[in-house]
Amino acid sequence: MDDLASTSAAEAPPGAATPSPPGRPAPARPAGRRRDRTPLPLVLGACGVLLLITMTAGVGIGSVPLSPAAVWHVIASQLSGHPDNTVAGIIVWQIRLPRVLLAAVVGAALTTAGSVVQVLVRNALADPFLLGVSSGASVGATAVLLLGAFASLGIWAISVGSVLGALAAMATVFLVSRQGRQLAPTQLILCGVVLSAMFESVTSFLIFRGNPQATQSVLFWLLGSFGLANWNQLPIPVIALAAVMAYLLAQARPLNALAMGAEPAASLGVDVARLRRNLFVATSLLAGVAVAVSGVIGFVGLVVPHIVRLVVGSDHRRVLPAGVLFGASFMVLGDLLARTIVAPQEMPIGVITAFIGAPTLIFLIRRRPYLYGATQ
Amino acid sequence: MSLRLEGVCVDIAGRRIVTGIDITVGDGRFAGLLGPNGSGKSTILKAIYRVHPPSAGRVLLDGADLLTMKPRDAARRVAVVTQEFVSEFDFTVREMVMIGRTPHKQAFSRDTEADQVIAEAAMARTGCEHLADRSFNTLSGGEKQLTLIARALAQEADHLILDEPTSHLDIRYQVEILELVSSLGVSVLAALHDLSLAAMFCGTVYVLAGGRIVADGPPRSVLTPATIRAAYGAEVLVIQHPDTGTPHLIPRRAQPEAGKAAYPEGHLCQPVIAADPLGPPDAS
Repeated sequence: MDDLASTSAAEAPPGAATPSPPGRPAPARPAGRRRDRTPLPLVLGACGVLLLITMTAGVGIGSVPLSPAAVWHVIASQLSGHPDNTVAGIIVWQIRLPRVLLAAVVGAALTTAGSVVQVLVRNALADPFLLGVSSGASVGATAVLLLGAFASLGIWAISVGSVLGALAAMATVFLVSRQGRQLAPTQLILCGVVLSAMFESVTSFLIFRGNPQATQSVLFWLLGSFGLANWNQLPIPVIALAAVMAYLLAQARPLNALAMGAEPAASLGVDVARLRRNLFVATSLLAGVAVAVSGVIGFVGLVVPHIVRLVVGSDHRRVLPAGVLFGASFMVLGDLLARTIVAPQEMPIGVITAFIGAPTLIFLIRRRPYLYGATQ
Repeated sequence: MSLRLEGVCVDIAGRRIVTGIDITVGDGRFAGLLGPNGSGKSTILKAIYRVHPPSAGRVLLDGADLLTMKPRDAARRVAVVTQEFVSEFDFTVREMVMIGRTPHKQAFSRDTEADQVIAEAAMARTGCEHLADRSFNTLSGGEKQLTLIARALAQEADHLILDEPTSHLDIRYQVEILELVSSLGVSVLAALHDLSLAAMFCGTVYVLAGGRIVADGPPRSVLTPATIRAAYGAEVLVIQHPDTGTPHLIPRRAQPEAGKAAYPEGHLCQPVIAADPLGPPDAS
């Protein structure tokens, strides 16, 4: 095969002339921090138990307290086709359970979207709303609340408005940040941040022009709430989460490769341009659906992925399933606090998620050597 | 098994970066890609591993077009090690090496025992098995490079592309990494900065300047003061390495008189080949 005359004569088989590697001196540094990974079934089992406990608490605690046994009795009789029409039955089935389930699904969706966006742009400070979804949705929702857009759609108007806003923002960020076939992280971050600021100025303008009462409902929506949850809201987020999660689990190895960087991923056989495009669409879809049903709930998509990685490492075959369960528990707990701390009033859940998320992360960072983004 | 580049040209943002590159790496050979900063070494390597597809020319693996293969299939034949880097994410060394199995795995497939065995063997081969449970980000530069080579081994490719694998390393790891790579029995194409090290390990070197190959052949005939002057615009002395007989390049100061003044006459020319009075480090 050696067609170039200059190569054939000179190349000796390597190893023939060179001695075997010399004995390595003892490691200069003491054996460093070990990372023992907890087996995944154990992690998922623990997260699953946590989710069941928080959901039971979420359904049981409120102005009419219900014991866990009562909660599960109602759920069991409903599932077995014997609707429980007592007051407790109606509270559990019609009011609290859909709310808790919606919180769980949104928490899982935001955590998943956050984990993936952080890989997509290779930045620890990325969250699902980085790419313009939330600010676009805010424009849509504000337009509905203040200008009465889509009034004919009734209670769906806000959801439709926010989804349309999110789609428009996402398409704009996608088209503006694209270079040829590539979605480069730096361009994505810059375009996302800049365009978000622009959409937010539109929202501010609408609020500035609107009447004070409508403005208050906009502010409440912007901070997020599950107060309007009902069974009809559940199917779309559940389907979106299931579909995106199936795709992401199929791509878990390529995601790990992409976490190394675009070039190492390419050398490992990953079609980086296509993977990034799909990840962009998948995360925007999750974030958009979450915003449509619950408003803009900050901090969960940023902080929960970090908490999950601290516990299970960065392998996405572990991060993604653990994140779904843990993110769901986190949001259910947050919603429980949001509606009980200042009862009978309800706090916006965004206030709670930031307030418990930040110290949790700081505690974990200080307890374990966390090297996310560290240089050495 | 051979890797051949035929007339490869690469344009980036409408600008031609490298032109008419012909390179052949025979089975199990070690070829070096040399040249000043910005001469196009990395660009050529990236054309091979699909980051910058060539605008003209072909990349052939055993005569088949590497770039029309599926990315996965190409990654099973060609592995890449670049300069040591910082991962944003906290992977252990073992997880890092396991990522080398990516092109061999289907969606949803689990790590089999065979995968574990391959990863353990790769870590043992590169001497980083004692680091297996360490976090990659806590490693030294040399240890990181060993890990990345282990990842490339786990990829089970028979061709290895190295982009300045020893640039930030101390002198022990510079030699150790190249020694390791040349003992693996795979075909290697490496962009290297240190010309003397390249001369010790490469069977053939290609010298680039301004995006073209200006000289190629065995280091002994290529690495001359005239070639270095033409490619790098630098003045060097070339002596023979006392052990290997390969060319060893010594930089010269632009104002030799200024350098001489600091040392007694003849001091610089004394060959220092003496037994280490303290003995080898592992004897004590």
